[in-house]
This record gives sequence, C-alpha cells and structure tokens, in this order.
Amino acid sequence: MIQLRNVSYTYPEATTPALNGISLDIAAGEVCAVIGPNGAGKSTLCYTIAGFAPYHFRGELTGEVVVDGRRTVEHPLGELVKHCGLVFHNPLNQISGARYTVREEPAFGLENLGMPRPYMQARVNDVLELLGIAALAERSPFELSGGQQQRVALASILVMGPRVLLLDEPTSQLDPHGTKEVFAAIKALSQTGVTVVLIEHKPELVAEFADRVIVLHGGQVQLDGAPRAVLADPRLPPLGVSVARYTQLAHTARERGLWPAQAPLPVTLDETVAGFELPSINPSSSRPAHGSGQ
Amino acid sequence: MIPLALEEVSFTYPSGVTALREISLTVAPGESVALIGQNGSGKTTLARHLNGLLQPSSGRVMIGDWDTRQHTVAKLAARVGYVFQHPEHQIFKRSVQDEVAFGPRNLGFAPARVAQLVEQALQATQLSTVADQHPHDLLPALRKRVALASVLAMDTPVVVLDEPTTGQDAQGVRAIGEIVERVRAGGRTIITISHDIDFCADHCSRLIVLGGGRVLLDGPRETVFAHGDILEQTAVEPPQLVRLAQRLRLPLAWEPQPLLAALEQSQRQR
Ligand SMILES: Nc1ncnc2c1ncn2[C@@H]1O[C@H](COP(=O)(O)OP(=O)(O)OP(=O)(O)O)[C@@H](O)[C@H]1O
Ligand SMILES: Nc1ncnc2c1ncn2[C@@H]1O[C@H](COP(=O)(O)OP(=O)(O)OP(=O)(O)O)[C@@H](O)[C@H]1O
Ligand SMILES: [Mg+2]
Ligand SMILES: [Mg+2]
Repeated sequence: MIQLRNVSYTYPEATTPALNGISLDIAAGEVCAVIGPNGAGKSTLCYTIAGFAPYHFRGELTGEVVVDGRRTVEHPLGELVKHCGLVFHNPLNQISGARYTVREEPAFGLENLGMPRPYMQARVNDVLELLGIAALAERSPFELSGGQQQRVALASILVMGPRVLLLDEPTSQLDPHGTKEVFAAIKALSQTGVTVVLIEHKPELVAEFADRVIVLHGGQVQLDGAPRAVLADPRLPPLGVSVARYTQLAHTARERGLWPAQAPLPVTLDETVAGFELPSINPSSSRPAHGSGQ
Repeated sequence: MIPLALEEVSFTYPSGVTALREISLTVAPGESVALIGQNGSGKTTLARHLNGLLQPSSGRVMIGDWDTRQHTVAKLAARVGYVFQHPEHQIFKRSVQDEVAFGPRNLGFAPARVAQLVEQALQATQLSTVADQHPHDLLPALRKRVALASVLAMDTPVVVLDEPTTGQDAQGVRAIGEIVERVRAGGRTIITISHDIDFCADHCSRLIVLGGGRVLLDGPRETVFAHGDILEQTAVEPPQLVRLAQRLRLPLAWEPQPLLAALEQSQRQR
C-alpha cells in the first residue's frame, strides 16, 4: 500500500536531510508504529507519504514514494489527500475555525468532497459516536478541553474515510480510557483494510496495537520488526527511545535471577505478570513450573 | 513563598458549561502537586483560576494574601507562572534569549538580575546552545521548552505546567522531570497537570484527582493509588509498576527497588 524506495528529503534551507535513504514497504491493513527521539524525522516521514513534502513544504525529495499505486510526485496534493488522511500532532492546526460547532467541523471536509447532505450527516454522527464526542456535537470546537479538541481533529480526518491514515501522536492529550477507545477504533479500521502509520511515544500502546514497529533516528530506519522484538531491544535506550517500565524492571530482575534467564523480556503488562508468576524461576529450584506464563 | 487557597470555587463558562463545582483546597509553599483526571474534568479550568485568567463564578481564589478578583492578570503573573497546554501560542519574540528575557524584564527586574534569570532558565531547560535561534525554527519539542524557560525565568513562587511532557522524547521527559525537582528544591510550589501518571508518580508527592469538576481524591501517592475504583471513574490508570504490583499481589510500589525487593522475598518463600 505504501512503498518508499531510497527516499531522502531535505527541507528548504536545511543543511542536512530530514529523511536519509529510507526504503519501506507497508502492507494494506497494517498498523505500523513509528518511534524515535525528537527530530528523528517521524513527522517528516508522514508528510512525505502524504505528499505535503515536497508540495506544501517545498524542499527536495529524491527516491520514489508510491501510495495506493500512485507516485506522489505525479498527482496534485488535492487528489492525494482524498486517499491519505494526516492527523497533525497539535489539534489546533487541524481545526479549520471555519465552523461553529463540533458537528459542522468534520462535515466541512465532506462538503468539499461534494458528498450529499443526508449521507454526510449520518457519517458525521457515526464518527462522533466512535470517538466519544457525540455529546459535544453542538459545542464550539474552541470551547473544549485539550483532549476533546484532539478527538475533534481526529474525527475530521476519519470522517473522510481515507485508505491510508497517518497519525502523529493522535492521543497525546487523551486520558487512558480515551486513548484505548481511539486505538481500538483505529485497529478496527485497519481490519477493514485501512493502512495506518502511527507516531507514538508510549511503548505500552505500541505493544498492544501495532503490528510492526519502525525506529527512526537521524532520518534513517534503525530497527524494524514485530513489537515483541523491537520494544525489548537493548539498542532502544541508546537510540533515545525509552522502554516500558515493566520491561526495564524485568531486565533488572533477570540480572538478579528473578526473571527466567531464557525467557524473552516482556513488552506488555500481561506478559510481565505471567513471567513473574512462574513458580520456578530459579533453575536450581526443584519445583516444576505449571505453565501460567510462557 | 506563598500558599494557595481555593475556597468553594465553582465556575461556569459563558456558554453554560459548569467546569468546577465547589472546589476547596489549599497548597502549601514548596509542595509538588499533580492535578490529574479524565479529559474535561476541569484541570485546565482550575489552573486558569490561579493566574486570574478566569474568575470563579462563586467562591474565591487566594494567591497568598491576594484575592484573584482584586488583582490584574499582569500583576498575578509575578506570583503564578503558567505554561499553557499549547505553548506555541505563547511565543512571539525573535530569539529564544529575547523570548525568555521578556517576562522578567516585564516584571521590572534589574538588567543584571534579568540576565542571571535567563541564563539559569536556559540552562535548566537545556536550551543554552540555541539561545540565539528563532523560536519558530526549533523542533516543536524544544519550542515547548522555550515556553517553560520563559516562565521559569520570571522566578514566580508558584509554577503551573499544563501537560509538560506531551511530544517530548525520553531525554526531554527526563529534562522536564529535573526541572520540576529543581523548582521544588528551591522551595517554590509546582503544580503539574498531566495524563502521564508515571511522570506524576516520579515527581509529585501529592496528587489531586478531579472528576466532573470536583475533587475526588487528594493525598499522597500511596493513598491515591490504592483507590483503584475511584481512579477508574475518572479514567486514571495507576503507574505501570503500581499496576504490576497489584496484579502480583505485592505491596504497592511505583519505583523499581521496593518492587524488586518484594519479588525477591516472595520468590524465596515459594
Ligand atoms: N518545517 C521545517 N523546516 C525545516 N526543517 C524542519 C521542518 N520540520 C522539521 N524539520 C527538521 O527535520 C528534522 C526531522 O524533524 P521531524 O519534525 O520530522 O522530527 P520528529 O521525529 O517528528 O520529531 P518530534 O518527536 O519532535 O516530533 C529535524 O532536524 C527538524 O529540525
Ligand atoms: N473555553 C471554553 N468554553 C466553554 N467550555 C469550555 C472551555 N474550555 C473548556 N470547556 C469545558 O469545560 C470542561 C472542563 O474543561 P478543561 O479544559 O478544564 O478540562 P481538562 O481537565 O483540562 O481536560 P483535558 O485533559 O482534555 O485537557 C469541559 O467540559 C470542557 O468542554
Ligand atoms: Mg514530529
Ligand atoms: Mg486541559
């Protein structure tokens, strides 16, 4: 669904490239998390897939970016955005301000697509419901809490039904329940074939919702694999990415003989609990393990 | 150093939304307090009462001996520094240095004192090397720290941080944690609003839990984290290690050392 072939991109006036020789294939329906320190190029990667780089930011793009069979350089941005929805990090950059209510905000994009009104209203209602903001429908988008605004921003993209979703820390201001709801909704969309690229700092969420994790650093892909492998990789901290606290704890526990020496480090809380609950961790112990963990 | 007091504060936005309901609490000088609770629970609204951006619909807010209704926002700025949830909208100067100097200059500090405060704030936020750059040329994460530096440089006895860790990488979160510790060590009061409960557990000794505009819980970490049922009502998940300890039926802990000790002991007993 998304193919990058040796892609480099340099912002205007920048001396070093923000993306440096990236080659990637992301399959349809995949949830691909992108992690990495500040300045790694995560947002730029999303801008490049969406066509904003170079169309909006100018600068210089080399290599090939193909999204849903379209080479981005051969299509105008106006056409690309119909297939590829980009949710910015700061919701205030997304809310158009052209509309008075939360209900009208997502409808704005649909009107621009020329969607018939009755169909449009039903769609907007569904998305507001999905994101838990139906009760706020008649409010002004500017008279909301930070987390509520972030949901409105996401709604205005989801409502367009893009085949590719590029999400730049979409839940950074949401409480844990809201975060789980939004991620579950995104996961459900991916199961209908929507391809998702998700920038996310929290390892716990990546472990639960992503199919694949890419670690960017200095505009290059440093690690790429299943969450289970990448999120416990000892190379993460030197790359400026933190591991979950329970992963860290299991690591220390293993050094002290409190975590089974052969077992991989856990990347979810459930795996951590299971690992510590194994009755026999110490190999010299004579009591048999009765498999509550792996 | 000054105490804070909210006395039966209620607040309704002009649109008719009631965001705070009869909130009473006091914060002593030098406390590090986290304000937590679900989206829309009233955290930002409460914080905006501390520097006079909002006035209570009923009740009163005292910043030391000042009633916020009797003082301008400009005057209150000398007592309460506030870093907004979206600080991008707070930045307007041409260089990081000028941006950070604006606040203390405006408060009327002598030039030498301004220079000293700016230097300290840039150092604390690890921005000294970008002092001459245009704030808008910085990465968003660093721009957020410029807003933080600007507020630190005003040397207010009270500092309020609204979601300071969003968008920060591991190193950025550590840097902000160090700032909170430093402000607190200097005897100033620091109030952190955050959904990053691990950060709150690390750096705030008192947690105030809001839900539906009311205080649901208020106390030290061990007390608050033990009330899973109430936290659940307002969408607060305890820190990762607290949840682990609970699942393993070990004594509540949010730091690795006590948890490792408990694990060691429980494994020895088996
Ligand atoms: N609009 C821009 N103009 C010039 N350079 C930019 C622009 N946006 C980003 N950069 C530069 O490109 C590089 C990658 O930045 P990018 O924003 O993609 O990183 P990121 O991984 O998203 O970081 P963060 O975690 O802070 O969001 C950085 O060196 C940054 O300074
Ligand atoms: N400017 C405003 N006008 C009207 N209502 C508002 C305004 N700002 C916030 N509200 C409403 O007041 C309530 C409390 O909002 P507040 O911003 O204080 O929540 P919060 O706890 O900071 O949430 P978040 O975690 O999402 O930032 C919410 O119901 C919100 O919709
Ligand atoms: Mg980014
Ligand atoms: Mg808020």
